[in-house]
Order: sequence, then structure tokens, then C-alpha cells
Amino acid sequence: MPRRDDIKKVLIIGSGPIVIGQACEFDYSGAQACKVLREDGYQVVLVNSNPATIMTDPEFADRTYVEPITVEFVEKVIAAERPDALLPTLGGQTGLNCAVALAEAGVLEKYGVELIGATLPVIKKGEDRRLFSEAMARIGLDTPCSAYAYAIADAEEFVASVGWPVVIRPSFTLGGAGGGIAYNIDELRQICAAGIALSPVNEVLVEESVLGWKEYEMEVMRDRNDNCVIVCSIENFDAMGVHTGDSVTVAPALTLTDREYQVLRDASFAIMREIGVETGGSNVQFAVNPTDGRVVVIEMNPRVSRSSALASKATGFPIAKIAAKLAVGYTLDEIPNDITKATPASFEPSIDYTVVKVPRWAFEKFPGTDTTLTTRMKSVGEVMAMGRTFPEALGKAMRSLENGRTGLGADGKDVFEEHHFDEHLTVPNEQRLFYIAEAFRRGWTVEGVAEMTQIDPWFIDQVRRMVEVERTIAGRQLASLTAPELREAKQHGLSDAQIAYLTGSVEGVVRATRLDLGVRATFKAVDTCAAEFFAGTPYYYKTYEEEDEATRSARKKAMILGAGPNRIGQGIEFDYCCVHAAYALSEAGYETIMVNCNPETVSTDYDTSDKLYFEPLTFEDVMDIVDVERPDGVLVTFGGQTPLKLAHALHDAGVPILGTSPEAIDLAEDRRRFAEVLDRLGIAYPAAGTANTLDEAVAVAARIGYPLLVRPSYVLGGRGMVIAYNEEYLLRYMHKATEVSPDHPVLLDRFLEGAIEVDVDAVCDGDSVYIGGVMEHIEEAGIHSGDSACCIPPFSLGEDTIARIKEHTRALALELGVHGLMNVQFAVKDESVYVLEVNPRASRTVPFVSKATGLPLAKVAARVMAGQKLADMVLRAEDRELGRFCVKEAVMPFGRFPGTDSVLGPEMKSTGEVMGVAPDFPGAYGKSQLAIDYSLPREGAAFISVCDRDKRGIVPVARQLHALGFRIMSTKGTAKLLQASGLSVEEVRKVHEGRPNVVDRIVNGDVQLVINTPFGRETRSDGYHIRTAAVQHGVSNITTLAAAQASVAAIEAIVRRDLGVIALQDFNGGGA
Amino acid sequence: MTQRAGQGPSALLVLEDGSCFEGSSCGAPGETFGEVVFNTSMTGYQEVLTDPSYTGQIVTMTFPHIGIYGANAADVESRGVFAAGFVVRALSEMSSNWRAEETLGSYLERLGVVAIEGIDTRRLTRHIREAGAMRAVLSTTDADPDSLLAKVRASTSLVGRDLVSGVGVTERYVWGAEAPPECEVPVDTGVLSGAPRYRVIAFDSGAKYNIMRRLAEAGCEVTVVPPTTSAEEALAMAPHGVFFANGPGDPAAVGYLYATLREVLGKKPVFGICLGHQMLSLALGAETYKLKYGHRGGNQPVKNLLRGTVEVTSQNHGFCVDFGSIGPLIPEDSAGLEHDAGDLGAWVRAGVAPVVRSAEHGRVQLTHVNLNDMTCAGVRALDVPAFSVQYHPEAAPGPHDARYLFGAFTRLMDGRSDIFGARDGE
Repeated sequence: MPRRDDIKKVLIIGSGPIVIGQACEFDYSGAQACKVLREDGYQVVLVNSNPATIMTDPEFADRTYVEPITVEFVEKVIAAERPDALLPTLGGQTGLNCAVALAEAGVLEKYGVELIGATLPVIKKGEDRRLFSEAMARIGLDTPCSAYAYAIADAEEFVASVGWPVVIRPSFTLGGAGGGIAYNIDELRQICAAGIALSPVNEVLVEESVLGWKEYEMEVMRDRNDNCVIVCSIENFDAMGVHTGDSVTVAPALTLTDREYQVLRDASFAIMREIGVETGGSNVQFAVNPTDGRVVVIEMNPRVSRSSALASKATGFPIAKIAAKLAVGYTLDEIPNDITKATPASFEPSIDYTVVKVPRWAFEKFPGTDTTLTTRMKSVGEVMAMGRTFPEALGKAMRSLENGRTGLGADGKDVFEEHHFDEHLTVPNEQRLFYIAEAFRRGWTVEGVAEMTQIDPWFIDQVRRMVEVERTIAGRQLASLTAPELREAKQHGLSDAQIAYLTGSVEGVVRATRLDLGVRATFKAVDTCAAEFFAGTPYYYKTYEEEDEATRSARKKAMILGAGPNRIGQGIEFDYCCVHAAYALSEAGYETIMVNCNPETVSTDYDTSDKLYFEPLTFEDVMDIVDVERPDGVLVTFGGQTPLKLAHALHDAGVPILGTSPEAIDLAEDRRRFAEVLDRLGIAYPAAGTANTLDEAVAVAARIGYPLLVRPSYVLGGRGMVIAYNEEYLLRYMHKATEVSPDHPVLLDRFLEGAIEVDVDAVCDGDSVYIGGVMEHIEEAGIHSGDSACCIPPFSLGEDTIARIKEHTRALALELGVHGLMNVQFAVKDESVYVLEVNPRASRTVPFVSKATGLPLAKVAARVMAGQKLADMVLRAEDRELGRFCVKEAVMPFGRFPGTDSVLGPEMKSTGEVMGVAPDFPGAYGKSQLAIDYSLPREGAAFISVCDRDKRGIVPVARQLHALGFRIMSTKGTAKLLQASGLSVEEVRKVHEGRPNVVDRIVNGDVQLVINTPFGRETRSDGYHIRTAAVQHGVSNITTLAAAQASVAAIEAIVRRDLGVIALQDFNGGGA
Repeated sequence: MTQRAGQGPSALLVLEDGSCFEGSSCGAPGETFGEVVFNTSMTGYQEVLTDPSYTGQIVTMTFPHIGIYGANAADVESRGVFAAGFVVRALSEMSSNWRAEETLGSYLERLGVVAIEGIDTRRLTRHIREAGAMRAVLSTTDADPDSLLAKVRASTSLVGRDLVSGVGVTERYVWGAEAPPECEVPVDTGVLSGAPRYRVIAFDSGAKYNIMRRLAEAGCEVTVVPPTTSAEEALAMAPHGVFFANGPGDPAAVGYLYATLREVLGKKPVFGICLGHQMLSLALGAETYKLKYGHRGGNQPVKNLLRGTVEVTSQNHGFCVDFGSIGPLIPEDSAGLEHDAGDLGAWVRAGVAPVVRSAEHGRVQLTHVNLNDMTCAGVRALDVPAFSVQYHPEAAPGPHDARYLFGAFTRLMDGRSDIFGARDGE
């Protein structure tokens, strides 16, 4: 069946900012869809508020709108572009929800836009649990017994009929947000109340528990000829009860007989047909009772998902790409298999390896929150590993997590809570795998562990085997190990670092020893067909087998080390840079070789680079690839800390590093030597000192004065960083800091209170420097730059200041010998410019700068690293007038971590970012706020309570709010101040002043905007309760004066003016 | 370089071209000869082992973990294991499934199957893909590769060998009372009809149980007869239709089965699967040839040219029908196109089921094509009631997409011409 020619222009809605439950997998799927539709001659219009995505690069769509994903703004895009069709299935839940809202608001009908891929009734049937259960009953499939609850009483009534425990799932929320398992009436009331509040339709489903059942996912595709295929089956290692995003998962399904597997396959197709998904990919989840095989359908998603990205990477079958082609009318048999080139896509991949996905959590960032794993997703990223066998893949996954571990324990970092050992097995938690392994070291039985964990005994037995292999070498001399023993260890996923720990050796010696013994890595292709056909696409994983399939070409080659799993502080921005490096180096004539282990990313799309190695980013794994490929250069400065920390070891091993040398990177990180550089250049910096002990810290503090910025050295995303306003606080911190990083000293800097923070991204080729962008932060210095909103161009800095900042940047780049990207953080206080930090590598802001200025900075840098000169490139003038303001705003995950304080500080906590574009700063800032779920209110009541420091500054803010028609509420202190300024203020009680108090008012929905600025780090204070209540009830919550000022200006812009939409392609000028 | 992963004693797999794989024994001790082939199904190893079509073949499973869900009495496709030997990357020591009755290792040992684990099965698969399926020996008793190589070179080849007569039943029986029970899985999408409406004779050239199950489900009373049963005997039973099953070996070597089918053809509706398809095609005047390494797995895409849809199928065959060899193209029955009848890819692209004229039985239509390599996967005679497919609509193991073919057979027996008309029986 031919493609549809009645469609010319397709609108794709992206998934917006990275949040928990919706990460860069939708950049991968969306980018693929844009690419494939354009290749086919369709015009693509894209809306996505996330500037860090590859898909929002202007060359990926004909018209790219970095605008809020709301009905209001998408309608404006539709009005301007008049697309023929809307493809809603590639932008995650956000894209799907927006498409539904557009359809229901009549926008699609008004403009004659057809929903393709999934129609409104299909989306409703798939998403609405009642319609879904009814549909399943029609085709004879079981679903867990369930009932809807709109009030807690409904839920109680249902529980009376099915008994405890029950699962609660709010309708239409992302990643199971607001859901949970209730074992008692208190939990039921609590979860239901929160879930009903969170659900956009104020509805939760209360469901019979299938806890402990085996959980499976089927990735299904269907075309408009009714051809259906299963791309991949996935089995959850963790039993039902843990969100699949928080589960260790395995592909393919392992513990089902063929008969059982075919039952799931038939059911998946029946579900596709009954729900009516005409074309595209869907994900169906099943639970299977391990004792009798009873199957119940849990849910289906009529769109591509996190699991489909995983399935695509696990099999080599690009689901999103094919879904896009199916949506425009192709059938599966008309689409060639990308990997074999010779066979069609209308088949089911057969794999001859085992794939393991392990989630990455970031609980350390959210103290006070519940860390058990439930039906509500909490992980921030994931890694995937491939091995021939499950133990090999699991071992590789465990060393890919970037959490300081080198495998599944046995690395000298095992710490177990002896008093809670059993609970760590019975209650799912992020450490559980380590406890399972430890249980076998302690001689537990497979049956015992399986029963406690409810994990399938086969998986448990595989972990036992890993421990058994570990035991064969533990405590022995490295030299006594034979080649077969070492090979066996490697085949069971043990890293060189673990072997070193177990034998009392060091990693380098282990590597040398095993290579001497001929225990070498081999690479196998991911080919969709288990070697049945020749594979033309070089996509490899490592194992220890007889035959090596990787072949080295004669071309000049560059290897790009990716960023590993998403986590807070290191997200999609670095993947963006790596992908651009691959594109640019390819254009520069290199064969590009990508190494990464994050299945959600564009970088791990086999289309992105010439060769893809899906491998952990450890020294061992990278060196094994280096040994095969012998690259002419390795790029370590684009993937964030993950590859950067390998720079030294690789350099020492004689591996050529592309761009800025490891020495220069060191120089920037060595505070003493860097201070010398700054002194030499005559650049100011805050007074600073280093302390190894408490006494030293006090002495440094006495010398440079409070407030102080205190942090452990060598940290990512400001981990463990605080501002100390007095000695008492410093002492408290020092006491805790020893736990954070015992091997490294604590750094103390004079904190420039109230200073304006400025970020600069630049490229240097050794001779000249190109300033990509100067970003003025909205929040003052002291808030981690990753959590702070910022604006291009600066909205309040004087031209002199900007000129000085640029001058300093140039001088630093040349002095440090940067070849490639560099990021400098400045603080501007009282007309003085201070350098806070220099990072001679890709920064988090590179994609934002590129989008805002229209200049692909990462690409320029990669070209420089490939030896080109800036002078030879046609780059747009640095000082050109942009004619617009672009604001980047951070997106916080506090809603996911009830109990944690939402106050911003020097430790980064955001998961993602959005961008707002407008001709002026307030408009751009306003859009950036609208692009985030907790959008700015346009009317109602504003609660204002600020610390003394901000009292003076808040008055004009309150006055403006009042002028905009807001009612003002305050607690006593602030109320007095505002009343003194002539404003009418409603005084409300603080939490400890009795009830009803401010929290009650927030909970009751009487407050639409909260401005609450904290002083220092109070715990469990009024502010904490106010902010937490605001987060939980979706009330806009502002915690800094600067943000309050910007927000109020933004509200005015939103209320008083019609904010238009702007396509990136219309930004003045084009190209690099 | 050698490696050993398992606990068992050492075992060797030696191919006739001298390739040698050293691993560990994970089944019964012994020495076995056969053609080494690979199967890409990720599940269903027990069905594979017990599929009589694997007689004379040493089967390699490409998926590394085999045996996870153990073995049970219900997932067998015949009275025993027919594969000559079994090759896996990692045999599971423990099994985990509510249906498991024993571990696969104990099953292999109990049934005397020589098996090897711990070899680089992907290397072996790639080798077979490049060099073709070939003779091999698997031994746990002879540790000398040279001696094994000499033995394998002296062993007989599959080509030209009749393996059928050794695998089929020797006494006829009616499928039903004595039939092994089918496992009751919790959700069964199969539609069982009431009392049987058709009497069907099934020639057991190595038929898989699930074929009989699916025929019964479609409303057939199936009498399973030895492959050497004559046409007269079969016709004397006054069946509504005659079924020719799958079976091992070279189709050219089972002349008696072919002769029987020729006799039956035109007199009774005929349905053939796998070897049965080859028999029907030969009777219609086609030639068969050996594929380089065959089709063995559960993910083979087949296009039904009449419906324009694709079914994912279970396949297990080393020989193939040359559709173009049946006779000259009849353009007027082939949408007026004049492509080469043997260029199956061209017909797939055109979306047309071409018709050729056979010397003896009138018009023959190409109904199904394997999309991976554009080989013939199904034919139908238009002037006599007969059709056949090269693949396994009964699945077991594998997908159920092609179950409709059993319904098609009943429609053929009803005298209808629109046998592939609707998706029934699903």
C-alpha cells in the first residue's frame, strides 16, 4: 500500500522538558520521526519546549517551534502553519495529552487537522481505564478487578470487596505519578487523596493487587493492512509492584514457555485491534501468575514509550522511525530492515544475546523522601547492557550506572545495613540487587531469596552463579588465575576493577594479565536476526567469545564517548553535544565511533554515527574498543563528567585525546594553579580556601568571611554544596561532609551574596575564541546554575560589563590552551566581574545557546577539535542583535519526591529545562514558565512571605501583583511591611500559629501563587511546609526574589499581551 | 582458542570442513552425526527437539540461554526427540516455570540426546550461513578432532536420503482418544468447534502433533496413517480430504509419498505442510532445490499474495520449491503482467499472485512468498482442489498468524474456491 499523498505537512508534538517518567527517549523517537518523514518529502512542523533536544535543531524540521506544549500555543502554531495531520504518538504522554486536548477543544476540527497514528477514540480507549477494561472484557482478556474512585469513600467500598492490598492508579498522569499500593486504610486514604488531586480528571483506579506476579511488556507494531509484529518482549526482573521504569528489565522474555509466550503475543494483537490502533507502535503490559500462568492485562500505551526506545536499542528495530512511516500509509513489508538492508521490517527480531536495563536513581538529591520502589516511578535515568548471557549483561549494566560502583558488589564499596538486611530484600529498593548478591555470599539459598524478593528463581539463581564465579577468584593471587578462570569471570560480567579488588591487585595489572593470557574481548553485532542474515550496520556489543566481528576500516576515525545514564546534573544536554560531535566529525571526514550505554538517547541510535558500540563508559570497556578500533582521536569533553574522568587514564594509556588536553582540564580544576592563572591575567575571583579538617575550615572562614560557599572537591551538579552564613552552620556541614567524600578536601569560597551570575559558552581553537553566548541568570549567585533560569541576551547587564566578561573569557581560553568548548561562570557584583569557575568542556547550556543564537556551537567545537580553524569558518558576528530574548528555565522534580524541600540552592536538583522565546524578556520568561506544568496563574491570590534579606525588594513585586488584580496574602511580618507600603493584605496564620493557617489555605485551593524565600537551610520550618504543600497541590511556587520579580513581569506580559509563536527557522540569518 | 562454560565433561563438534568447536557435554554421552543447522526461535526448544523434521540434523539454538523453563510432557510434538544432536551456548542448570517437570539437562540425558554447551553458537551460525549447512559430528567420547573429522567425512549426507519411513507411525490411528493432551494455557484464542464435520487422512511423514490438534480444532476427524500407506487404502476410507505432513530429509528421496499424492490429487482435496508442500509441488510439476542453510525459526515473514497481508511464521525446512519450474506463466490470470514466473520478488512488488500452467493439473497459483529471500512459501492448484504451504501454520513453536490455513482446508473440503477469504480460526 503506497504512502499517503493527501498529507503534505505533518505536525509533531514533542514531550517537553525531561522529567521523571519522560526522558530523552522521546527525543530519540521524535528525532527519528522528523528525519524519516522529511526524507519522504513531507513537511514537518515541530513543537517542543525543550531546547536541549536534537529534534528541535532547526535542520530536523521544516518549522520548529520551541514553545509551551499547551493548547493555547499549539493552536497558534497550527493557525500559522496549517498542517494536514498531527502525529501524536511520538511525544510521550505530554504530546498525547496535548493532542487529546486539541481535539477536544475543537482546534483540530477547526483547522482541518487529521490525527494520524492514533485517533481520539483510540487514545481514549487506551488511556481511560474504564473503557480499557471494558474493551478487554469484550475480547475475553482478564484485567485485575478494579473500580473507579472519585472520592475516598468509593475506594473504601471497593476494598471491602477485594481485600488488601490494592493498587491505586490516578487517571492520565505521567509515569504513574500519584499512584501507589495501599496495605491499610490510612495508606488508602492518603494515596487516593493525592491521586485524585493529581489526576486531571480527578479520578483514580483502585485495583486488585497482582503483587508478586511476573511482569511482561510486549512491544507491538501494526500497519494499516493489519499486519502485526512483536518487536521485542521484555520481562521484568522485579515482580509486579515496582513501576516498570523502576524495574530491572530483561529482553527477551526468558521464563515463559513458547505456549505462554504465544498467548501474550496473540493477546497483544487482539488488544491492538480492539483498541483500534491502526498504525504504529504500542506497548502492552501483562502480569502472569507464576503459580498457574494466569494472565491479566495491566495496560497498553498506544504510542511509543520508554520501553519502545529500549526495545529499539535492544533489537536494532527502530520502532519510532517505522511508526512514523506506518502513520503516513506505508506497510511493514514495504519498509526495509535497516540492519540487514535485504529483508523487510515485517518480521520479528530474533536476538542471540541478553539485554538488561537497570534504572538510575538520584535519591541522594532528595533527602527526606521515601526511597522504596513502588508503582510510582522515581528513577531519573537508565542504562542498558548487552551480553551473551544474563550474568554478563547484568554485570555490565551494574558498572554502567555512574554511581561509583564497578559491578554487582565485590568492589570494596559494599555497605549493608545489618539490622535491616531482610527488609532490603523484601521491600524493593535501589540497593536490592546488592543485597541479593550479598545474601549468596552469606550462603543463603535460591529458594529463600526468591521467596523474600518474589523475583523469579531463575534470575536469582543467575545472581548466585555470578557470586559463585566471584568466589572462585576472591582472595587468590592474580598470578594464580588461569585463562579459563579469567574468561569465566569475564563471561559472568565481572569487571577488571572487581577482579582487582578480589585479588588485591589493581585494574591495570588485571587488564595486562588477562591480555597476556589471551583473555580478550570480542565484539558481536546487533543484527535483528541472530546472524541469519548479513548485517550491514555496524552496531556492536562486547562479550567474551571465540569470534570477533568488529572490523577496523582504513579510514581516519574519531571515537566519541557518551554521557552514560541520565541523572541530575548530567542529562540530555550532553547527549546533544555528543550527537553534534558525531555529525560534525563525520562531515570533517572522520569515521565516527560512538560509545554509550544509555538506551534513551539519540547518540545510541545506530544512525547517528558510523559505528555504535553499546558499552559501559569505564576505562576497561573503552580500552577494549580502542584496542579494536585504534582511533585517531577520542572525544572526552562532550559527554559531561562520565568520559571526562576517563581522560587521564586514557591519555596515560597512550590514547590520543581530541581537543583540549587533559593537562589543561586539570589546570582549570586545580584551584591553586587556576588561581595563579587568574592572578596572572588580572581577573578577579572570590576569596577562597581549602580545608582538610574542621579546624582548617574555621580558620579559612575567619580569613575570607561569611557567607561561604562550601563544597567537597570534584563534584557533579553541586552535590553536597551549601551556603554557610555562620560558623554554626559551617560546623554542622563539616561534620557531615566527611561522609560525602572522605578522600577529598572541602572547598570554601567567599559567597558573593546578591551577585548576578553569568554563564558563557565559547569555542577556542588555540588562536582565537568565539563567544557562543552570554547568559544572564535570573536567580542570583548561590543557586546552582543548572537550577537557575537564564536569558540570552543579558537583560540587565551593561555593555561594559558584557565586554569585560567576553574579554575575560577570551583571555582564559587562550591561557588555558582550550581546543574546543569552554564554559565560564561569572558573578557580577557592584560592577565588578568575578570568575567563579571555568570548565574547558561541553556544558549544560550548549544546546540552549545553540537554539537561542541559531549557531550550532557543539558542531563548531567538534570541527575545531578535528583541526579546523575558527578563522576559516563562516560564523555569524558574535555581537549581532538577536532581536529576541530566549529564557531557559529549569524543571524541578519535587512533585515526585514528597517530603523533600523544594527550595533551590547550590546543589542541582532539576531534571530538565524548557525555553521561552519572545521579543522581550518578560514575555520569554513568561513562556518558559507556561512551558512547565506548574504554569503561572493569571489571577487569584498570591501568598507572599519573604526572609528579611528580601523584604525591601518584595514591595514593588507585591504592588505589581496587586495592580494585576491579585489579592495579596501574607503572614504577620511580611504583611506588616506590605501594609506599610499602602497595600491591602490579608493576614494569614503561620503553621505554628494555629488553624486555619497558610497551609490549610493552600490545600483548600485559596492560593494561586506562592512567593516564599528561605534563609539558609531551615528544616521542617514554616517555609518547608508552605513550599511542600504548594508543590503537592500544583500551586506555582517561587523561592527567590529574582524569580518573583521576573515572574510578576511575566504574568503581566501574559495577561496584557498576546504572546505569539516564533519558528526557529525565522531567527535572523541561518546556518553556522 | 577454546572455552568451557558448563560443568559437564568435554564435548566436541566437528564440521566436515574441519571447523571445530569445543564445549561441554550437557546431555547424554555419545557420538552423533547429522547435518548441522541453526534455529533462531528464542522459545520452544522442546518443540524443536521433538519435531520429526529434525531427524538427521544437529540443531543449534541461536538464543544463548536454553532450558530456562525446563521440560514438560505437554510441549512435545511427537513421541520422542528426533534431532540428532543439540547445540547451545548456555544450558540452564535450573528451570523455573509452573509447567516445568524436569530440567532440560535431565530431559536430554533421559532421552539419550547428545548435546553440547559453552560454544560460540553465533560463530557456528555465521559459519553455517556463509559455508552452508553441512555434515557434522558431535561427540563426548572422542576427544580427537582429526579422528572426528575423518568420521564425519565418511558419514552419509542428507541429500538423497529417505528419512521419512523411519519417523512416521507404523500403525494407523485416529487422533483423539490416544492423542497426547494439549496443555491448557490460561488464555486460548483458538476456537473449538463441536462434533467433527470432516474425515481427514493425514499421512504421517513425521507430522507434528500440533498439526493434528489444529485440524481437530477446525472440525476434522483425523486418521493418522503411515507414510507408506497407498492411495487406494487411503481413498478406500472415503475421506473428505487428505493431508500431507511435514517430515525430514530430501523431498526427492520419498518417491512413494509423491506417488501417493499424485494418485490422490484431483480425487480428494489435498492440503500439504512443509514436506507435504514439496510433495504437492512435485506432483504439480515443480522442481525442488536445497537452500544454502534453510529457514529455521519463528520469525519468518510470509506474504499472502491473495490477501496482501504478511504473516509471521514458524519454519523449518532445508529444501525449497522452485515455483517457476512448474510451467509457463498465464499472464491473463496474472493481472496481465508478464514478469518471469520464477522472479517471486517481482510478483510481491506487483502485489499479484501469478498463475502458471502445469503439465498435468492445470493452473497453479503462487499464494505465499517468504519475504526474507523471496522464495516460494505456498501454492494452490486452481483446477484441482489442493494447496500447500512450506511453513508451519500449526506453529508450536512459533506464532499463530497462519492458523487460518486449517480453516482454508475445511473450506476446500466444502468445495469453495475462496478458501483464503477471511481470517478465521484465529
